[in-house]
Amino acid sequence: MSNHVNESKTISLFIPCLVDQILPEIGFAMADVLRKLHYDVTYDARQTCCGQPAFNAGHRTEAMSVAKQFLATFSNADCIVSPSGSCSAMVRNYYPVLFAGDEKMMAQVHSVQERTFEFSEFISAENKVERIVGHADVSLSIHNSCHSMRELGIDEQIADILARIEGVKLFVPQVEHTCCGFGGLFSYKMPDIASAMAKSRLEAFTGADLDVLIVNDPGCIQHLRAEAPSAGFKGEILHLVEFLQKAMD
Amino acid sequence: MNTYAKFMREAKSMAGNEIHRAKIKKAITSYEIQVDGMKKQQFQDWNAAREVAAGIKNEVLANLPEMLQEFEEKLTSRGATVLWAENAEQARHYIEEIISRHNARKVVKSKSMTTEEIELNEYLESRGIENWESDLGELIVQLADEKPYHIVTPAMHKSKQEIARLFVEKLGIEYTENAEELTMAARAHLRRAFVTADIGITGANFIIAEEGAIVMTENEGNGRLGMACPKVHIAIAGIEKMLPRLADLSLFLPLLTTSGTGQQLTGYNSIVRGPKSAAEPDGPEEMIVILLDNGRSNIYAQDHFREVLRCIRCGACLNACPVFRSVGGHTYATTYQGPVGSIITPQLRGMAAWQHLAHACSLCGACTEVCPVGIDLHPLLLETRWQADKEHAASKKWQFAIKMWSKIIPSRKVIDTFRPLMKIFLPLAKPFLSANQKKRIPTMAKKSFAQMWENNESTR
Ligand code: SF4
Repeated sequence: MSNHVNESKTISLFIPCLVDQILPEIGFAMADVLRKLHYDVTYDARQTCCGQPAFNAGHRTEAMSVAKQFLATFSNADCIVSPSGSCSAMVRNYYPVLFAGDEKMMAQVHSVQERTFEFSEFISAENKVERIVGHADVSLSIHNSCHSMRELGIDEQIADILARIEGVKLFVPQVEHTCCGFGGLFSYKMPDIASAMAKSRLEAFTGADLDVLIVNDPGCIQHLRAEAPSAGFKGEILHLVEFLQKAMD
Repeated sequence: MNTYAKFMREAKSMAGNEIHRAKIKKAITSYEIQVDGMKKQQFQDWNAAREVAAGIKNEVLANLPEMLQEFEEKLTSRGATVLWAENAEQARHYIEEIISRHNARKVVKSKSMTTEEIELNEYLESRGIENWESDLGELIVQLADEKPYHIVTPAMHKSKQEIARLFVEKLGIEYTENAEELTMAARAHLRRAFVTADIGITGANFIIAEEGAIVMTENEGNGRLGMACPKVHIAIAGIEKMLPRLADLSLFLPLLTTSGTGQQLTGYNSIVRGPKSAAEPDGPEEMIVILLDNGRSNIYAQDHFREVLRCIRCGACLNACPVFRSVGGHTYATTYQGPVGSIITPQLRGMAAWQHLAHACSLCGACTEVCPVGIDLHPLLLETRWQADKEHAASKKWQFAIKMWSKIIPSRKVIDTFRPLMKIFLPLAKPFLSANQKKRIPTMAKKSFAQMWENNESTR
């Protein structure tokens, strides 16, 4: 699905619960970068969560009450941008599943769905990649989250954005992409499997002696930061927007 | 120990097993290279092929009862018998009846997951019937007294050294790590079984409505020998194995082998239309096809799940699945492992005992991406979780936690009230958790994003 955007709009920050409560710096970094790209940024504190944790665990009744709150918050927003591919995919791809059959809610879903973007796809869709200017002498690689990659079809966007930062040496691993093992409540319900998956994933990067691993989903970040020491990954694990915030200073 | 506790115990031990991880990584890496190459070589447009395949399978699902009938009529008109088995017990009963009618003592079996599903090996053994697996991979797991590890490559988890030691012990050969010599040892051993077996039992990769035929695809030719040499051939097939026309094989055979093993086509492809006819010099005198339901019509009856019956058992979703790679096939303790197994097992064998499999998934979507018949696998795993919730089969602990969460989370005020408590509670919980749980208990930020935004603060 590709969403279309018009010129010069105000951006409503879509701050995932995990960013709100645990990693607020990612939210502020995204706001900063968007402002640097000359956007007006607003934030509505009535938003709390999109409902994905409950939905993904199969508890749709509970997910629905949370999702309704989300839809109400953003009903008048111009453009809704989030630092999470996973949460954006929840709204775009799974709200229609959650509210299937409820015509009134579906109208709201369609309207919000059309205006919801993950950060890197938004910047690309808006043709603002060229406006990114920055510098950082680092070697880095990218872990694109599964939901960003497979649910939203985000692929080259992240590398294109990073290519704008002078001094970046991008390492592309030889092995195919695999999941880092976060999976929301999955990593809490089945922690041993999640750890093994993180280890397998980080193996693709450990040999490269990277300064930074760029990730575009807060869930993966939290998980990978917890797993990095035991997996022997020594680089920093940063959200794309955190990296840009510093590099664009 | 219940199925869930057993799964968790096995998963923990396998997830930490580095030797297993390395073996599977090696096997799957070479599989991936092979498959990627073959997709490009064999299909101009892989995604278009998948769509056509899904369309043909949907045609089957829309007309399954009629096609099954047509299949039966065509096949029986050439002298074969078709038997309908509602469940595993009935299927075993049919087989036993045929065996005793022929006074048979020795059976040779081709690779077939359907016979695994009805636990035929155990059954034959308990009846004192000598039973030989003719597929090399299956023979290996049979000799090792194990279950198949993977629906397509049953001995994927065994290194060459392990197989060599097994053959030394069970087949009495000299130790060798030469793959050809090992295969020859198995072959010498099996040839005896073929010529002396009274009954050959096979599965079927496809059954063809229009033609009344069964189709088998394999690499060793043992399945073909097994059904051609003995006097009696029993084939057992799940009712969803249907294809409308013989011509559909031109897509489905390469589709299956490309996804299954990365081959252009398997070495042996057999189409069987009945027992030996009067004009033919040899072949089985009797052919019986057992059509197995065993819960499939339960899946068929549910609109949401029906598409999973498109599955052609290629195994691609298992190989793509990072959970499968981490825990291995045996941990599932099911006939069908990996993503597709985690969807159909709760349907075939009961939600309460098997719904945990649907939770053993990070929803990464790798399975959906590779499935050659375009089954929406990870959305179906989500559907399974939802069904478990509705049927009160989900974990009570998590159900309760989510209920509480859903009371707190929609209100900013309530969140702000609970925040300080969470900050105290989370660290306190750590001593009660395992190392892998503990390390992912997050540290709450000093203030929430919302609180900082309101105060015009920033994290920098
Ligand atoms: S679900 Fe798809 S990928 Fe998995 S075994 Fe069946 S056909 Fe193959």
